[in-house]
Amino acid sequence: MKRRFIGPVAAATAAGLVLAGCSSDGDGGEETPGTGGSQPAGCEDYSDYGTHDGAEVELYGTISGVEAEQLTESIVPFEDCTGIDVQYNGSDEFETEINIRVEGGNAPDLAIIPQPGLLQRVVGTGAVVAAPEAVAANVDEFWSEDWKNYGTVGETFYAAPLMASVKGWVWYSPTEFADKGYEVPTTWEELMTLTETMAAEGGSDSYKPWCIGFESGTATGWPGTDWIEDLVLRQQGPEAYDQWVAGDLDFTSPEITEAFESFGAIALNPDYVNGGLGDSASIVDTAFQEAGLQILEGNCSLHHQASFYEAQWGEGVTVAEDGDVWAFLTPNVNADDPAAVTGGGEFVAAFNDEDATQALQAYLSSDTWANNRVSIGGVISANKGLDPANAGSEIGRASIEILQGEDTVFRFDASDLMPAEVGSSAFWTSINDYVSGTPLDTVLSDIENAWP
Amino acid sequence: MPSTEVLAAGSRSLPTAGLDADFWATQGQNLMFAALAVLAFIAIIALIMYGADLVKGGARDKVQLVVLVTPVLALLAVGLIYPALDTTWLSFNKISNEPDPTTGIYTSTMQFVGLDNYQFAFTDPTMRRTILNTFVWMILVPLLSTGIGLAYAVFIDKAKGEKVLKSLVFMPMAISLVGASVIWGNIMYDYNQVGEQTGMLNALRALVGLDPYNFLVDNPWNTFWLIVILVWIQTGFAMVILSAAIKGVPVELNEAASLDGANAWQSFWRITIPSIRSTIVVVLTTITIMALKVYDIVRTVTQGRDGTDVVANRMYVLSFVEGREALGAALAVILFIFVIPVVVYNVRSLNKVKETH
Repeated sequence: MKRRFIGPVAAATAAGLVLAGCSSDGDGGEETPGTGGSQPAGCEDYSDYGTHDGAEVELYGTISGVEAEQLTESIVPFEDCTGIDVQYNGSDEFETEINIRVEGGNAPDLAIIPQPGLLQRVVGTGAVVAAPEAVAANVDEFWSEDWKNYGTVGETFYAAPLMASVKGWVWYSPTEFADKGYEVPTTWEELMTLTETMAAEGGSDSYKPWCIGFESGTATGWPGTDWIEDLVLRQQGPEAYDQWVAGDLDFTSPEITEAFESFGAIALNPDYVNGGLGDSASIVDTAFQEAGLQILEGNCSLHHQASFYEAQWGEGVTVAEDGDVWAFLTPNVNADDPAAVTGGGEFVAAFNDEDATQALQAYLSSDTWANNRVSIGGVISANKGLDPANAGSEIGRASIEILQGEDTVFRFDASDLMPAEVGSSAFWTSINDYVSGTPLDTVLSDIENAWP
Repeated sequence: MPSTEVLAAGSRSLPTAGLDADFWATQGQNLMFAALAVLAFIAIIALIMYGADLVKGGARDKVQLVVLVTPVLALLAVGLIYPALDTTWLSFNKISNEPDPTTGIYTSTMQFVGLDNYQFAFTDPTMRRTILNTFVWMILVPLLSTGIGLAYAVFIDKAKGEKVLKSLVFMPMAISLVGASVIWGNIMYDYNQVGEQTGMLNALRALVGLDPYNFLVDNPWNTFWLIVILVWIQTGFAMVILSAAIKGVPVELNEAASLDGANAWQSFWRITIPSIRSTIVVVLTTITIMALKVYDIVRTVTQGRDGTDVVANRMYVLSFVEGREALGAALAVILFIFVIPVVVYNVRSLNKVKETH
């Protein structure tokens, strides 16, 4: 009873505060943004956003902990110059809560949505406002066509990309490679030959060339889907990849079967996995954060994981081309194929067209924000106005250069694009079954049957 | 380790993040509104009660009945009956969302599909396994908890230090299901294929020279290892209730029996059990309902992997993760149908217990 009373009252209060905020900046007369007259010194980069004294904007997303503080920090100069008070709220249950908030009429001003599939679902409710011109102009200037498409639903451009990650890195120890005379492979075949050589030469008793870990709580299995996505993109090309994501190319097709078989050639071979951890059966049980650390123990040599794995190596481990660990991109099938990477990212969607909301939305899509945020460390962005030198790490710099490369084909993580029944469920559980010994035919038809 | 570094950094800057003046001003405002809302609520209730009390004569009882029962019925209707009907209706339908080609905004259509969702639930192998698992939980958990609880209650009855012995078994009741799942899943059942064993049970196996055993993956036994967790919690409940019932058995009955030459075993089966029969039934049915609803343990320990899924967890995943609300609704209805006979039986037995006392 008590709660039911507080809810509406609190909501009414909040609405009152927001209204008060809006009316006061209406009086302030920032109808002529760009004059910059009322902005403090040092605000030249922020003059486009005008001043909105007293306005409040709620930004809602999945980002939490230290990363949330870093995000807030990157917005401080914007707040100082425009007078907008930005409230960031992060939630671990964002993916379900955003739907509940939108349906309950309590949508935030802006939401940072981590998957294009989820963006489509939220846009489907009719609550999202199309991106204003300033945002569209920024995205046309600073992002590739691929990225803009992921923020577009139907033919309407809704959400600008924010941060990015590059998947498909293969982590290794440069020292070990130098000692044993291994070369970084440039084709998939070379990678398999290297694996064979490593298995033959061996090392400690528990040594295997690869270490793989799938365990990730309710999302267990996603590292496996990254493998398949990398292989489909490289073996079949971006067009086939898009058809696969759209459901036009079946999981049971020869093309997708080939990708699973290539992954299985490593993951199901007891001579190739799982260094220091056992055999294929240990893959599902091993936390994705832990698996790669076996490289430091000398139990394995190769670990397939995204750029953010950098944070797992721990203090005293140098991540650099001549350091303790480094990574190469999962090689192409042919050495002269164009660079193709899979990755992830977030998109900023707006739920109203108030001036302050649009100002923040424009700022977050600008090169100014990208440079501010990346300089603080820990993340990268695909924004072309971003100076790679601002990246806090070698792998971050390498990832930015790949994302900004003119010829780089970028494709979003397929499981994030597929319907939730497949991308957040059947694809994960079935890849777990696959490494646990279920026949490939069953695995593939299970996923295909889950498609709505 | 990076994770500890991250944690440390987080806790260092947390205090300043939450304690600014704005924060407390907002909280103060919220608290004031909360207090006002509670006061207004009490005032309204008091007013209604006072009004009902003013009625004189024969109608008085009826008016008071209506005034007291209406809010309860209204809340039941809004919070239970309407959602139940809505869920049932949804389970006979299929929802399709058609996005607009230009704006991407959905047009939702509900289409009546009869028993399609139920047919899927009973023919799809994964779903069938899920329903079967729920059956296994519903049979094993009450039998084991009640059996062990009863044996323990009899064994320690009138023993020295009975209270301490009782609280030892009752203590797990105070732990949340998620907490118990973490204890068992991460500390007891943990398994490493090679290297040192970090799980308690596998470390013990290693001590006596046995190979490590993967408790949570070995299908179908893994369901049994999960059931152990709920039994561990529920045994205390069964034991306390049954122990109280045993103490209620008249001493004369046992004395008469022993005069007639019955041994302890005979008087247990012929005197104690028949005397506490109705209590046993209540305990069994209460735990059955608990086992039918099990969700937390599976969600925390295995997330339903390797054939351990149960109906309640699948229902959540279907409805809220995969967005297949109609299918989730069908599972909810199936679970509801499972529960009905047990609840009816439970209520009847409860009434019987009340009558006999």
